[in-house]
Amino acid sequence: MPAPLFYLLAFITLGFGLLVVLARNPVASALSLVMCFSGLAALFVTLDAYLIGTIQVLVYAGAVMVLFLFIIMLLDIKEEEKKGQRLTAVVGGMILAAVLTLQLTSMAGSFPLAKTKLDDKPLDISAASTAAKDKNHPLHSMQMIRKDLDAGKLPDTALMGQTLFDQYPLHLQMMGLLLLVGTVGVVVLSRRDTAKEESKGA
Amino acid sequence: MDLTFLIASVAKIILLTFMVILPMVAYSVVAERRLSAIIQDRVGPNRVGIPATLFGAKKDWHIFGMGGLLQPMADGIKFLLKEDFTPAHVKKFYYWIAPALTMVPALLTCAVLPFGSELNFSFFGLEQPIKAVIADLSVGPLYTFAIASLGVYGIVLAGWSSNSKYPFLGGVRSSSQMISYELSLGLAIVPVLMIYGNLNLSEMAQYQDQNGWLLLPLWGKISIGKLLLTIPMAISFVIFTVAMFAETNRLPFDLPECETELVAGYHTEYSSMKFALFFLGEYAAMIIGSGLAVTLFLGGWSIPFAPALGLDYKPGATPLWLGLLHIGTFFGKVIGFILFFIVIRWSLPRFRYDQLMKLGWFVMFEVALLNVILTAGIMWACNALGWL
Repeated sequence: MPAPLFYLLAFITLGFGLLVVLARNPVASALSLVMCFSGLAALFVTLDAYLIGTIQVLVYAGAVMVLFLFIIMLLDIKEEEKKGQRLTAVVGGMILAAVLTLQLTSMAGSFPLAKTKLDDKPLDISAASTAAKDKNHPLHSMQMIRKDLDAGKLPDTALMGQTLFDQYPLHLQMMGLLLLVGTVGVVVLSRRDTAKEESKGA
Repeated sequence: MDLTFLIASVAKIILLTFMVILPMVAYSVVAERRLSAIIQDRVGPNRVGIPATLFGAKKDWHIFGMGGLLQPMADGIKFLLKEDFTPAHVKKFYYWIAPALTMVPALLTCAVLPFGSELNFSFFGLEQPIKAVIADLSVGPLYTFAIASLGVYGIVLAGWSSNSKYPFLGGVRSSSQMISYELSLGLAIVPVLMIYGNLNLSEMAQYQDQNGWLLLPLWGKISIGKLLLTIPMAISFVIFTVAMFAETNRLPFDLPECETELVAGYHTEYSSMKFALFFLGEYAAMIIGSGLAVTLFLGGWSIPFAPALGLDYKPGATPLWLGLLHIGTFFGKVIGFILFFIVIRWSLPRFRYDQLMKLGWFVMFEVALLNVILTAGIMWACNALGWL
């Protein structure tokens, strides 16, 4: 990826991220977050991760934030705009951000790829294709992925599926269970509320 | 990245988006008005031709002897010249940006649609034939859904920024409707993706060219498995089409802008070209939705029984006339699908809002989920029996 493009996208992502916190109007905050997600998606795409970039837009920018906006629009915005910044909130947020940054940098440094310098050149798919010919390579038995690699195409969707279902099947199922519990919990909570109101009304 | 690729991409973007999709939007409006007139036993707009009478001729010139074919020009000029009024009570920034936010995503989604096989310009000295798709992404349908889901913002913001009751109700309705039906839309194509085994729309069209359309697998290698799979595919197709109606806010699901309850819904406060942008966005979304349905289920650019007729696509060896014929086939199918959209609009009554939500959550969602399981079962059984 050309470096100027990276800086532009990073600037968009971070700038709108900052606006999310600084804007006094909740709708402006929510829309800035949408732009922030879009910038992030573009960054993923420049890293050849088309699927993750698209999912980022589809799930976060397209669905989650619409629901956020939906709730915000029902609030009284003038009331929110009048409120100033509270010192405790600002300090607390800064401390949290600092801790998170520290954690991320210490984590990222421990990855094996952290020491390599990234060059601005296209992915070497033919190298991956020859590597997959080795019998011990995890992709050796994956016919579809190897067919794509041999054709010089990046099978990023299939590779992600292979990683998720081959290496982390238990984690994936636990996440699924967690989401299911969350969904069921929301349904139960919202139903109980309406039942109470009905009994009050009766 | 070479120069040919760059020039070809720019040419494809300009040709497809501005020279094909936008005129198609204009003429689907005419088709809509003329068809609705036929259905309701009226005449419809039949007067606009080239205004030769302005220059002293006795009669206006009508193209092909059919009146009303220049109606979109007259409409366009009217939209541009009308007063562009911004009410005093609106939230200016969002009010201005909302029409663009509806229009732009609708046009962006056409980037991954394969509108033809390939064009062979060897007489120009180009060695590689040019693929008839703007961006040959490996995540085609997901990209379309992702960008189309951004279109909600335009409607929601238009409703909210107008700062009055009816537009707001329209905006709230549209966001909940579009989110609900996105689920069934996404789930409906899961069985389709299971059969294709990839997410590239060009390769899907190519597969259908060789092996028969998903809903018409009558050429290539005919097998019991493929014929059996048309059952879940038909279910998918119905769910996909119904969800597409809801996503594009077309009748019978046009609750966000239903006149009987909400004046004009989210665009009540808009006038002139800003209103026209909403209109364009809605029709562009409809055209591209039709294009996606055609590509996924009805073979895209492939000509029926192509291998038997010798009209199938051979990578790198397709003559220019066949490439153009494929493009023609694709747009022919899309136009047929748009006419279907229009006929549905003028023959079905509007749903009630709670009925719409019930249909989305209690029927379509479950049927789409069961359809995934049914497809998996059929594929598994056919694989085990060697029928595929």
